Amino acid sequence: MTTLQTIVSTLLAAVLTDNYVLSRSLGICPFLGVSKKLSSSVGMGAAVIFVMGCAAAVTWPVYQLLSLLDLTYLRTVAFILVIALFVQLVEIVMKRLLPPLYKTLGVYLPLITTNCAVLGVTINNIDDGYGFGLAVWNAVCVGIGFTLALVLFAGVRSRIEEADVPETFKGIPATLVAASLVSLSFSAFSGMI
Amino acid sequence: MAETSHLKELTKGLLRENPTLVGLLGMCPTLAVTSQASNALGMGLATTFVLIGSNLVISLLRRVIPATVKLPCYIVIIAGFVTIIDFLIHGFLPELHEALGTFLSLITVNCIILGRAEMFACKHGPLPSVLDGLGMGLGFTGSLFVIGSVREIFGQASWMGLALPEGFPTMSLFSQTAGGFLVLGFLIAIVGRMTKKPQTQGCAGHCAGCAAGCAAPEEGGGKA
Repeated sequence: MTTLQTIVSTLLAAVLTDNYVLSRSLGICPFLGVSKKLSSSVGMGAAVIFVMGCAAAVTWPVYQLLSLLDLTYLRTVAFILVIALFVQLVEIVMKRLLPPLYKTLGVYLPLITTNCAVLGVTINNIDDGYGFGLAVWNAVCVGIGFTLALVLFAGVRSRIEEADVPETFKGIPATLVAASLVSLSFSAFSGMI
Repeated sequence: MAETSHLKELTKGLLRENPTLVGLLGMCPTLAVTSQASNALGMGLATTFVLIGSNLVISLLRRVIPATVKLPCYIVIIAGFVTIIDFLIHGFLPELHEALGTFLSLITVNCIILGRAEMFACKHGPLPSVLDGLGMGLGFTGSLFVIGSVREIFGQASWMGLALPEGFPTMSLFSQTAGGFLVLGFLIAIVGRMTKKPQTQGCAGHCAGCAAGCAAPEEGGGKA
């Protein structure tokens, strides 16, 4: 495959056919927790795209170092530490240098440490044997797919708020059934690539 | 008195404060690995192991860990136990390791474990913490197993790998992520209904009809 083909197919796979939230079920907690309002889902999405891209860029060399030292079994410990430290760092830097951006994204940053999609994408990058460039690009694409799922679902949710749901299903159960339908609609993309 | 309170720590996670169905924590593994009952059981028990271990260590170290860096400390302790269980499963149950894949490493970021560390283990002694971890872990395992069973029976016409009688109808929906959302939604609705029941006893069996009349008693919300 040419480079361009790889770039485009990675994007389509991460956003549509193999969406992390809707078909791999990673990152469900923020998907259910933050998708109540459109504005907050866009903010969370932007923060996730940024952190995922950077986390992939940081963990890739860390893994090379670990495999050099024959310590690859420390991967989980090392990656989660790197991600946690990195998120803290981003928060501090952003607070100092980009106060307006911090105001919009700041509240979501601590939540990202425990977003399993971030750790998931860095581990999958290694397992799939991606090079540095492709790993970062894949992470950014997965972030875009996450944002798309969140934004779409925020739209669906605002309708549920006004719908007349049976008493037993009010709240979380109705949300989950709606998520099931959104996920089902995305399965129509499977086989596209 | 002490006996009953210990028992309480153990049983509260099973249904009343069930982490999955009431606390809505750890949603990702709940949906991702439950397309088969046996995988769900394996995931639940692995998480229980990590939960007990991390609760024990964190409660022993609760006076040593400084408050400012407690989250990174907790995460490292948890990730350590995850690495141990990852090795054990890889060594003894390679098939399960294959099926769970990335999700074994992702136990690290399961919010149930960090949540119990933050809410319980850092404030209580070792024994209650272990019991709390065991109860919460078994509650998580139980709900995963129920979801896994429903999805495997309706999605693949088998249970724990045993094929059901010929001609049992299957719906591929249940094997997909969409089916996971659906089954979890219904299970939460059912458990919500069951745990609310004591307060609506005045309806004398006509609860479905008078749902509006005895609309969600306030005590239910307050206690939870």
